[in-house]
This record gives sequence, structure tokens and C-alpha cells, in this order.
Amino acid sequence: MTENPRVLTKKDFSSDQEVRWCPGCGDYAILAAMQRALPEIGATPESTVFVSGIGCSSRFPYYMSTYGFHTIHGRAPAIATGLKIARPELDVWVITGDGDALSIGGNHFLHLLRRNVNLQIILFNNQIYGLTKGQFSPTSAVGTVTPSSPVGSIDQPVCPARVALGANAKFVARGYDVSRELPELFKEAHAFPGTAFVEVLQNCPVFNDGVFDLITDRKSGPQHQLWLKHGEPMITADKKKGLRLNPKTLQVDVVTLGEGVSESELLVHDETNSTLAWLISDLPDVKALGVLYRDPSAPVYDDAVQAQVKMAKKAGASADVDALLHGGHTWKVS
Amino acid sequence: MQTSSKDVKRELLDSVVIRFCGDSGDGMQLTGTQFSSATALMGNDLATFPDFPAEIRAPTGTLYGVSGFQVHFADHDILTPGDEPDVLVAMNPAALKVNLPALKQGGQLIVNTGAFTSANLDKAGYTSNPLEDGTFEPYRVLAIDISALTLQSVAAFNLGAKAAGRCKNLWTLGLMFWLFGRERDSTIEWIRKKFAKDPNLAEANVAALNAGHVYGETAELPQGIGIYQVPKAQLAPGTYRTISGNDALAWGLVAGAKLAELPLFYGSYPITPASTLLHALARLKAFDVVTFQAEDEIAAVASAIGASFGGAIGVTGTSGPGVALKTEAIGLAIATELPLVICDVQRGGPSTGLPTKTEQSDLFQAVWGRNGDAPLVVLAAATPGDCFYMGIEAVRLATKYMTPVMVLTDGYLANGAEPWKIPSMKDFAPFPAKHLTEKPEGFHPFMRDPETLARVWVKPGTPELMHRIGGLEKGQHSGNISYDPANHEAMTKLRAEKIARIANDVPEATLDTGEPGGELVVVGWGSTYGAIKQAVAQVRAKGRKVAHLHLRNLWPLPRGLGSLLSSFGQVMVPEMNNGQLVKLLRAELLVDAQPFDKITGQPFRIAELVSEIERRLGAPTTERPGVQLQA
Ligand SMILES: Cc1ncc(C[n+]2csc(CCOP(=O)(O)OP(=O)(O)O)c2C)c(N)n1
Ligand code: SF4
Ligand SMILES: [Mg+2]
Repeated sequence: MTENPRVLTKKDFSSDQEVRWCPGCGDYAILAAMQRALPEIGATPESTVFVSGIGCSSRFPYYMSTYGFHTIHGRAPAIATGLKIARPELDVWVITGDGDALSIGGNHFLHLLRRNVNLQIILFNNQIYGLTKGQFSPTSAVGTVTPSSPVGSIDQPVCPARVALGANAKFVARGYDVSRELPELFKEAHAFPGTAFVEVLQNCPVFNDGVFDLITDRKSGPQHQLWLKHGEPMITADKKKGLRLNPKTLQVDVVTLGEGVSESELLVHDETNSTLAWLISDLPDVKALGVLYRDPSAPVYDDAVQAQVKMAKKAGASADVDALLHGGHTWKVS
Repeated sequence: MQTSSKDVKRELLDSVVIRFCGDSGDGMQLTGTQFSSATALMGNDLATFPDFPAEIRAPTGTLYGVSGFQVHFADHDILTPGDEPDVLVAMNPAALKVNLPALKQGGQLIVNTGAFTSANLDKAGYTSNPLEDGTFEPYRVLAIDISALTLQSVAAFNLGAKAAGRCKNLWTLGLMFWLFGRERDSTIEWIRKKFAKDPNLAEANVAALNAGHVYGETAELPQGIGIYQVPKAQLAPGTYRTISGNDALAWGLVAGAKLAELPLFYGSYPITPASTLLHALARLKAFDVVTFQAEDEIAAVASAIGASFGGAIGVTGTSGPGVALKTEAIGLAIATELPLVICDVQRGGPSTGLPTKTEQSDLFQAVWGRNGDAPLVVLAAATPGDCFYMGIEAVRLATKYMTPVMVLTDGYLANGAEPWKIPSMKDFAPFPAKHLTEKPEGFHPFMRDPETLARVWVKPGTPELMHRIGGLEKGQHSGNISYDPANHEAMTKLRAEKIARIANDVPEATLDTGEPGGELVVVGWGSTYGAIKQAVAQVRAKGRKVAHLHLRNLWPLPRGLGSLLSSFGQVMVPEMNNGQLVKLLRAELLVDAQPFDKITGQPFRIAELVSEIERRLGAPTTERPGVQLQA
């Protein structure tokens, strides 16, 4: 780590480029949260890299004063993996959208997570293709009416957190664009050794306005938000509801506290339990937010790469190209 | 003690072509490779051509399961694995059926009679037994029950029928070693290493090898089956080894990265015939080489681009179908002007095509196969050993000009082996890559060298030089996103000009053989080099003014190519495709190049090139060279 005598601020992470998202787009709040989080974790613009795919969300790197690479649709995880293998000391963030990560880039998303490369991947989920003007995406609810689904989409959506858990992700978290906790979530992701996946529910006021209102609205939000805290019972933000395991169905029920239900019956969050994370990740009425799952003990891909290189060098293998060319059977002609 | 092959009187031959063939499970590739290694160690020049089916273990005894390995060795410089074999070793009826038509009239035929059961004859489609029906009359035949003799030779090792039977390729190899006076030591050493975990199996294989050899020494060989010797070739002084194209390319990339003083990152997804590049590089971690087996070809090239963005030299390797998948990402590397090497070990196409057969049909894909005006550098290796030099050149051009470079080889080069004079690293001038570390006046990421037009290369992590790049068009003078129409045109021209200028940094067009102004020039590229060179030499020996020009730089084309080609009466372009270079030459140079295609998945034979050249030349003329007098 280089010494960082000057205390950096949000401004040090903002580029001189004019931000070109639509007015009111949730992306602004996510950008601000990132610019707030980075100085607090001691990041420096020169050692931080943002790699993105294609989409409204993927314009993100242009607005940061760090290094940035706006790549091609869906491939940011693969490009970031190569970068991270070549330069493990860099602090790499991947920015992606629901289409970018789960349609065209689904394969790379899966393999990034299962490899556990040490970087952060932030998925801006607006349940729509923003940049191409509003077609339904892999996270759109059935029945979403868009120019490509004029009588409603018929595709079943996926839950990003469940895709991640299924891919053996070791850090899965969820937040929403305007939430005050978002910088904190980015900090937690950054601190995690391995691939840290954060889904951010993001409003697209132009093509999918209000899809998350129930959760993010000041009035209705507290009834539907469930902020997870390791070791604490699972209770909604308004403290009225909680989650209880139904041992007969092995499902999680949303129960109302007080109506014959006491806090002691509720599930207690254990971040290290992937089964629990799965059970609470896709509930109908309540959105689990915060860190759903975290296993910092899993091997980190880039460390393993470096370890093999180190071992090869330690084993005394010569790195002399002439010796390589002369290895095996040779003969002399005079 | 072994009987030395030197003690007996042997007939001298100046060159021999042997083809080993059998079931794909018979170990013919291994037999051919071992025969070739022993031959190389004896100082012969040689060339090999492995030809195997796409199936790993095709059903035994079938025609499509036949696997072959041809080796040509001589006491002089040779460039091809030979046209027709002088000697055919057929391990079963199917192999005989497929390969007998290729054997020279009067050629030597060695057959394993043990495999000529009625079931095997049926599977090969024989209605009568060729051992008995006179099929062999035009040949000199050594018919032996190799299967039974092998079982006898390994009986003491209690291997079980299957494993014992498998030793028959080494028995055969032992016999061939005797017939052609090769030493067994290197093969014995190789067997013991390969089966180190099972010494009993190792010794059984050694016993089979020795038994085949002893059989040759003691059995009465039939009339016409002699024992031979091929004296050493007069090769240029130096230290030699055998090398395959893929190993040479892998090592060339490593050497190039060393000369550029950069770590090498190789991202790849397995595909025939490129996978051995990945295998070779995966063993070289001590050389600052990292290999990444990606989830698909897109991720493979993308990871390499990421590594190049990080300041390493990113390389990806694949075959034609993989290049198709990588295309969009290659465009990103062109737009962001990052160094990248793409190795395309070509195979028969389109689609999955002929995975194990050779073809040169990705030239258009390499030069023009991308969306947008997206120029890059295209190089092609001519021989297995040349792949080494092309690997170095690719890294040099990619890093000096901040551009993707595509290296074209093919299955024939990748798998073929030749003796190779080992170069010394000190004969190569280093070309250290320059990463920008100090902030220049008015810094932006698309500032460029006025001469090479290469943009600056900044490693993330460098203070003061933070920047953002991407696939969107950027302003020529700011590096920021720009939708300005005039700027886009200027940037498109600039990207083209940068690549065009590379012609000034690579050798001018020169003839490989012959003089300008002749009757006909044969223009080749890639692995057809050896066959064309020898064909041209044969026609020249008859007094015709024919020349050979071989292109290693396919884009940009070398300087002076147009005027050189125009000096000839005819331009003939043999290619293993449906006419690609010929169209490129016509389009770029306005020369009347004429195609000569072969698209059978097999390399050109010298004889077919000679007869085509002679056909085009017609009767010799005493008038102006190059004017064809036709009756
Ligand atoms: C190869 C390719 N196919 C299609 C596109 C068009 N395209 C650009 S962004 C996008 C969808 C983006 O949706 P999402 O990832 O959800 O990002 P958002 O715009 O919603 O932030 C598509 C289809 C493209 N740029 N490249
Ligand atoms: S289209 Fe939607 S997601 Fe895209 S910038 Fe506008 S509001 Fe944001
Ligand atoms: Mg979206």
C-alpha cells in the first residue's frame, strides 16, 4: 500500500465528465454511494479500476476518476478476471446490469462467482433493458409490458441472489439505490476476500418506473425491508413482521409478531449458512437486504494462481528460454 | 546387449517415406513419433504428417477409425512429409483398404496378418482376403502375424490379453528400427519414463520392441525386402531438436514476452488443433507465464484483453470457430488500441467442419472478419519451426504498435514435426515495452507516437495517469467519448494508417526462389511452403523460369509486392481453401493472380503442384518470358 497522506474525499473520486443518465435515474444515487464509500476504505484513484459491460449502468466508469474500462456487453467479468490475474494488487470493481450479467453475460457471471476471483461485482437491477429503450430483462416480472412484449412478457424471471448462490458465490448482498446503507454494503463487499456480489435494486424512471416502490418508498418500505444482521433475529424494518422456519415444508413463513408469535421463534441470521441464505433470498412480500451470505474461508482464485507461480519458481525451474529450447533430445551437426 | 544396427551390410537410400497406419487405438501416432525422434537423432532431415480421425476411439476395425502417420526422412534437406509412401505398414484390413492406393507401385508393404480375421475383413468392406487374392502383386510384401508374435514376446509379463495386445505397435516399431537401421535407445528411455509407475508394463513394452528388432535380424526376410540405411543429412552446423508447430509457437510467445520484458498471459478454451498451445504454456509458470482456461472463447480473449489493459502481453489461442466467437472482443482491442496476440490454428470449416484436418480457410476471417472498419496485423507461419519466429514477431508488433496481431498456423504445422536448428536468444534484439509512468503535457490515453501512431500504454496503478477507455469512439485529441462525425472518420483513417505503416517495419517482398520477370510466380502462404518450394525447384530444374514467393505478412502486405508480382507472366496462388489469398491480392494489387485450390483436408503433394505449374506454363517459349504459347 502506498502512503496516502492526504485524506481523500468524494470529490477525489469524481471525474470531469458530465453524467449523462436520465434525470431521476437510480444510477446517480449508486454513483454517489460509491464515491462516498471509496475514501472511507482508504482506496486511491490510481489503484482502483472499474470494469463494466454495456448498458446505462455500465457508463459508470466514465464518471469515476479512477482507472476504468467500459468493455463489451456481458464480458466485464472475464476482462476483470484477466486484469486481476495479471495485476492482483489492483482493487477491481465490476459494474453490470441485469441484462449484462444475466442474459448475454450469464456464463461469465457464473464462472466469475464459482472461481471466487478477488473483486467486487455490483449488479444494477432495474428489471429492464435501459439502454436499448426498455425491453423486458431476465429479472422482469411475468407480464411486464414493453415494446418487445406488448401484451406482457411470458419469461419466468430469475432472482440474481439465487443465481449467485447457485454458482457457489461466497459473498452475496443486496441493497437499493437510494438507501443510506449502500456505502456500508460496498465497504463490506470490498473487505471480502473473493468475489463479492452486490445486487442493487435500481429504479429506471423512464422505462420501468416504480417497480421497487413497495420496498424503497418511505411509507411502505419499512414493512417490506428486512435488514439482515448476523446473529440477530430476522425482523422487518417496521419491527412488525419476522421470518420463521416451517419445519413441515422447509419453507420460510413471514409471520406477524405479537399474534401469538414471539421473537424467540424467529430465524436468527447466520451469514455463513448458505441454505439459510437460499431460503430467505426470494420471498414474496419481504426483501432481505444486507449481507445474505458470506464465507471468507473459501480459497481465493488469484491467490491460488500466484501460489502456483511461486511454487514453480521455487521448484528451481529455470526461466532461461535458451534452456527451454534445448530441453529434451538434441543433437549437434558440425 | 543390443545388436548394433551398424554391423550388417545395408543398402543405401537417399530418402524414404514410411506411412504407419492402423486403428485409432493401435498407437500409430506414438509409433510414428518415436520412429521420427529416433530418425532425427540419427541426423536425417525429416518431416512428418500425422493424420487421425476426429473420434478419440472410433469403433475398431472401421474405415473411418483409421489413423495414420507419415514420416519422410532423407540424407538431404527436405520440406514435406512426401507424396506417396515407399513403405506402408498396415496393422489391419481397414488401414490397408484406406492407404494401399497411396503406396508406390513396387513399394514395400508390411501387414499384420493377425488382424485379417473375417470380421475385420467384413468391416473394411473386403469381399475376398487381400492376403490371398493377388491384391499384393504390385508390391513387395512382408506379411507377419504381428499380433501373435507380440503376445509371445510379452508372455512372461502376465499382462492380460488386452494390455499384451497393445504392445504390438512397439513390436512393429522394433522391426522398423531394424529394417531402417535406427537406434532403439531413445525409445527405450521414453518407454521407461512413460510407464514409470508400472515397471512391469514398461519392461513388457521394451521386450516387445526388442522382439520386433530380433525378428528382423533373425527371420528370413522375403525376396525384395531389404534392410536399408539413410545416411545423415548435410544440415547447417548447429544444435538441433525436433519441434512441432504448436510447441514452437508457444515457445516463440514466451521468447517474445521475454524480449518485451513483459509477463505473458494466455487465455484459452480447449479446441483441436490449438489445445496443445495451452498445454505447453501451462507448464511454463516459472517463465512469468500465467495460463487461464476460460469458460469459452469469448472469456478467453476477454481475459487476455484485461491482462493487456493491466500491462502484460495478453495472448489467446484457438481455431477458426473460436476466432468467430472472439470477434467482437478483438474489435474492442482494436478500438481501445491494446496489444493482443490471437493465434488461429486453422482447421477445415465452416462450422465444426473437419476438426482434425488441415485447411487455410480463415484468411478472410483474419483480415476482414469483424464489424466496422477494424484493421489488425495478420502473420502466417510457413513451417513448424517458423512458428517460433512468428510468435516473437507477433509480440513485437502488438506491443510496439498497440494493436491486436493474429498469427495463422494450421493443423498440419501444429502437429507436424521437423528437425529445427535451435536459435540463441542473444541473436534477437530485445524490444522492451514502454509503459508511460510520467505525466506528459496534456495527457490523455489516446496521445500517440507521431511515427508509429501507437497510443500510450499506461498501467493501472500509475499515479496521476488515471483514465477511462472503452469501445465507444473517442475524440482524437481528448480521448473522451466523441460522436463527432468528422472525428469518427479521422479515427477510422488513423486506425487503418497505423496498421498500414507497419509495412515499413517488416521485410520487403522478396522471392524465396527464382528471379523477377520470369514466366510464372507461385505465391503461397502458411504451411504450403515446403510443397511449393520443392515443386518450383523441380520445374526450374527443367529449365523453366519459375519463381516462388511466400508471404509471412498477410496484413499489411509487404512493400513492393505489387510490382514484383506484376513482373511475371503468370501469378499462381495454391491454397488449401476456395481461393482467399488470390482474391486479396487481386483486390489490393490489381494483379491477375489465378487460384489453384485443394480443399480435401490434406496438404498439397509436390507432384500435383509440379503438374499444375507445367500445365499453366505450356510448351517452353524462346520469346518473351511469361508469354504463354498455346496451340
Ligand atoms: C453484442 C451486443 N448485443 C446487444 C447490445 C445492445 N444492448 C446494449 S445494452 C443492452 C441491455 C442492457 O440492459 P442492462 O444490462 O439491464 O443495463 P441497463 O441499461 O438496464 O443499465 C443491450 C441489449 C450490445 N451493445 N451488444
Ligand atoms: S433509461 Fe433508465 S436506467 Fe437508463 S439512464 Fe435512463 S433512467 Fe437510468
Ligand atoms: Mg437493466
